[in-house]
Amino acid sequence: MQEKQTATAKEMAQVETIIGRILQVGVIVSAIVMLIGLVIFLITGQSGYPGSTMPLSMGAILVGTWHLKAYAIMMLGTYCLILTPVLRVIVSIYAFYKERDHLYVAITTLVLLILLFALFIGVHGD
Amino acid sequence: MIQTALIMMGVGIFAGIAGSILGIGGGMIITPILTLGMGLNIKYAIGASIIAVIATSSGSTIAYLRDNVLNLRVAMFLEIATTTGAITGALLTGVLDPKYLYLLFGCLLVFSGWNMYRKLRRGQEVLQRVEPDRIATKLKLNGTYYDKAEMKNVDYQVENVPAGFTVMFGAGVASGLLGIGSGAFKVMAMDTFMKMPLKPSSSTSNLMMGVTAAASATVYFFNGSILPGIAVPMALGILGGAVIGSRVMQILPSRWIRIVFIPIILYIGLQMLFKGLGVHF
Repeated sequence: MQEKQTATAKEMAQVETIIGRILQVGVIVSAIVMLIGLVIFLITGQSGYPGSTMPLSMGAILVGTWHLKAYAIMMLGTYCLILTPVLRVIVSIYAFYKERDHLYVAITTLVLLILLFALFIGVHGD
Repeated sequence: MIQTALIMMGVGIFAGIAGSILGIGGGMIITPILTLGMGLNIKYAIGASIIAVIATSSGSTIAYLRDNVLNLRVAMFLEIATTTGAITGALLTGVLDPKYLYLLFGCLLVFSGWNMYRKLRRGQEVLQRVEPDRIATKLKLNGTYYDKAEMKNVDYQVENVPAGFTVMFGAGVASGLLGIGSGAFKVMAMDTFMKMPLKPSSSTSNLMMGVTAAASATVYFFNGSILPGIAVPMALGILGGAVIGSRVMQILPSRWIRIVFIPIILYIGLQMLFKGLGVHF
């Protein structure tokens, strides 16, 4: 029993290191994108969009980013940030799989499916 | 414009530090500052606060994962309850009178505050039973974390898994139905009901909040609730603050965190009770 528990702890540490690395990259990338957008916004003093409007579709955001419009880049960075927790769930599934923990592969996959379902029906709150 | 950005960054750093230490996300701190302090429309304040929750979660878990305080299995297992709860809550809008939820959760939070006070008095942080909980063992929920304040590895056991799961589901329903943050509930479910130590409870709550918030954030993102000029400098501040906060949290004795947490949890609890009773100030 004791031996089994230490093995689990060691496996867990490994899993967490992998997840930690990937998450770090994800968070740093979104922070850099947001920062670039913010710097452009502060230097030019323009959002790139008329009045208080902003790009609200993925297409508009990508086109705006290509034209270096401040708000588009800031929105892109924000979107990347929103995706970091989803990334965390996906990476966790992989990590549990590597650990051969089938129970938690199933549990985490279920979480991802519920999350995608929530995205689909558009749950508000939290 | 630069002034707004600097203010938002400053607010973000503060919210990030506080949110990551307590595991309650930045929403509770951000919303009143934006609406009362800066006169921002509630729609944009909610949009900003949901980004704040994700930034706190992502910023702080970077450090937590490296330091192994977080319990990933507990997080993923309970996440089933919070996400299905959130969907149920969203579907129940208009069917269930929110009044009863406010009353129920108000009572739970006050009870939890009392319970935390007792834990503080007793000075006992970690539960060690002779007979480990069967469900917790089966689900491999028992864990270990390194406490930097005590400079040792702390083994802990988890119990009352069904109760914790139920409270988490309720927290999800409340957040889906009432649109409130649920960090305090998550810490409560783990600390009060499942008897986890405060530090793993708080960091696991932080991870979970980001996951749950991601689902609703997409909705707010595409309906224009997120003002880049406000949300972006704030999020950057929070990311930095959360990294600092999560490091500070590990050095802080659990006692101190609990001392700060008790008035906050009582405040939220009483606020909800008054809302449920229809008392407005």
